[in-house]
Amino acid sequence: MSKLEIKNLHVSVNTDQGPKQILRGVDLTISSGETHAVMGPNGSGKSTLAYSVAGHPKYEITDGEILLDGENVLEMSVDERARAGLFLAMQYPVEVPGVSVSNFLRTAKTAISGEAPALREWVGDLKTAMKNLRMDSDFTERNVNEGFSGGEKKRHEILQLELLKPRIAILDETDSGLDVDALKIVSEGVNRAKANTDLGVLLITHYTRILRYIQPDFVHVFVAGKVAEQGGPELAERLEAEGYDRYLKASA
Amino acid sequence: MAQHGIQEHSHGAGVPIQTRNERPRSTSIEDFAEVSKLQEIWRYLPIDKLKGLTQSVIGEISEDSVEIKLAEGVTASWVETTKAKVGSAGLPEDRIAAIAWTNASKTLVIDVPKELEQSQPSFVVIKPNSDAATAAHVLINVGTHAKTTIVLDHAGLGVLGENVEIVLGDESTLNFVTIQDWDKGSTHVSTQFAKLGRNSNLRHTVVSLGGDLVRVTPAVELSSPGAEINMYGVYLAESGNYFEHRPYVDHIAENCKSNVAYKGALQGVGAHTVWVGDVLIRETAVGTDSYELNRNLLLTAGARADSVPNLEIETGKIEGAGHASASGRFDDEQLFYLQARGLNETEAKKLVVRGFLSEIIQKIEIDEIEQRLIGAIELELEKVGV
Ligand SMILES: Nc1ncnc2c1ncn2[C@@H]1O[C@H](COP(=O)(O)OP(=O)(O)O)[C@@H](O)[C@H]1O
Ligand SMILES: [Mg+2]
Repeated sequence: MSKLEIKNLHVSVNTDQGPKQILRGVDLTISSGETHAVMGPNGSGKSTLAYSVAGHPKYEITDGEILLDGENVLEMSVDERARAGLFLAMQYPVEVPGVSVSNFLRTAKTAISGEAPALREWVGDLKTAMKNLRMDSDFTERNVNEGFSGGEKKRHEILQLELLKPRIAILDETDSGLDVDALKIVSEGVNRAKANTDLGVLLITHYTRILRYIQPDFVHVFVAGKVAEQGGPELAERLEAEGYDRYLKASA
Repeated sequence: MAQHGIQEHSHGAGVPIQTRNERPRSTSIEDFAEVSKLQEIWRYLPIDKLKGLTQSVIGEISEDSVEIKLAEGVTASWVETTKAKVGSAGLPEDRIAAIAWTNASKTLVIDVPKELEQSQPSFVVIKPNSDAATAAHVLINVGTHAKTTIVLDHAGLGVLGENVEIVLGDESTLNFVTIQDWDKGSTHVSTQFAKLGRNSNLRHTVVSLGGDLVRVTPAVELSSPGAEINMYGVYLAESGNYFEHRPYVDHIAENCKSNVAYKGALQGVGAHTVWVGDVLIRETAVGTDSYELNRNLLLTAGARADSVPNLEIETGKIEGAGHASASGRFDDEQLFYLQARGLNETEAKKLVVRGFLSEIIQKIEIDEIEQRLIGAIELELEKVGV
């Protein structure tokens, strides 16, 4: 069992006009096996939350704490967080020219597990995971995210999720830019990871569509840098019907 | 990526551009002015690091400081530099090259007989093992329809003024690699000339890894139709290294192709690289296809990369001509992405640098050289880690 606790998190980002406060007291707790949907309008700070947990250097934590099984995450470097079992599927995965997917995945797997994976087993796992995500086998020879379509980028993120087997994953708008077929494939991948590794998921999304394929246990409405309301799956249905207007007016 | 318009490069009235073909060519030292930073060709050079290479009289490389390991069928011999064949690929365009030419009484001639197809690489390793200024002259002759790989390697301590001539017969193919992997305290000025026969194909790769001052100026004359040149360069410069590469492609004949791509990674205070890429497309060079590129990755603050592409086009009847040049820092987003997948900072940087240079490294196609380069990158990046 793992538990990620985000307590009273305040985060600012440095801009040309000076520091800008984005997160204003976020409280969230995600345990193994649970799926939490974080839903909110554009600009409400969802990606900032994701990046802050992963340790992106651009974001400064001004108050609050993040704990993983009681360990202080904020004291860990980005790679230590990943090795501790945190995973962020990025909204905009980054190109790494000249580095093949196969080299990248093997290097990442080696880094996460502290030793090179046994070759035969690794090749088998990779093949299976790619097949499940309907990815061509020659995909591994391409350079990381270079010239990938939006759908390929997201599948590649989920491929990493399945292979690296984190304890807690944050998925930042993994659904955006996907057609319904790709959305189903990606959702199946997340559900497989949940079933196989008892993964805890923080699913960031703007729309309710993906929640038809990945069942959330909890829904948190995110507005202006904090959680404005939380509830069960029924809250998502209400958002679908009413949109975010109600919350935006309240926060204005 | 800038694609050059032809108009931009036609020579308008009254603008005093010294075009590349106006440089004097001679083997006599007196035909050239003393080395001075006032001349464009020396403007970046730390002249104090030239050691004795500017003196009119310098020593000559001894035969036993050259290790020669040839593939079957390829031969080597030392001949008098005054022999007629020497000078057939080109003549010096600067004083240091003329000094090296004049002081090398013997030339190492590597002969690849016509029609020999030899996939095994041949190696020539120059190790002067001395800090006295020394001259060397190498001539590589590739016969008609021959095809092979030759590596010219420079290692250890040396202060070397060198001329390398490469002559490709019609329809021949040569994969040539020159490696500058000198110890600290070394200086190397290598002037290289290549002349390509009809439909011949030269891959010329420069690998610079070590030396206080390394200057490689490969000039390629495309004077027979249908010839193709690929000039690649890969370099890793750290504090104390000054590397200058000035590839030059002279398009004279019709339907020739040239592609120039140099990539370097720099780190540490004072690491300095210079790349000046000249391409001249003469009026006669109808149907030319040409592209040149230089990219530099600055791994730390305090390193400096100068990058200057020059493209002169004297005919409008070409397939294409373009250039690109850029120098940049590590991409923080790339590093973050890799670190978020568990790689520590050093591992992430290694992967990024290897990726950045891989485009060129892959072109070498000699396993042991590729491995050596990857090893050098690993070593270099371990230093960034601390
Ligand atoms: N690097 C940055 N520089 C300036 N403003 C930023 C930066 N990153 C985020 N912001 C601002 O912070 C707010 C929240 O952004 P973000 O976390 O990306 O929101 P969301 O993911 O919910 O759309 C936005 O107003 C955005 O413009
Ligand atoms: Mg976002």
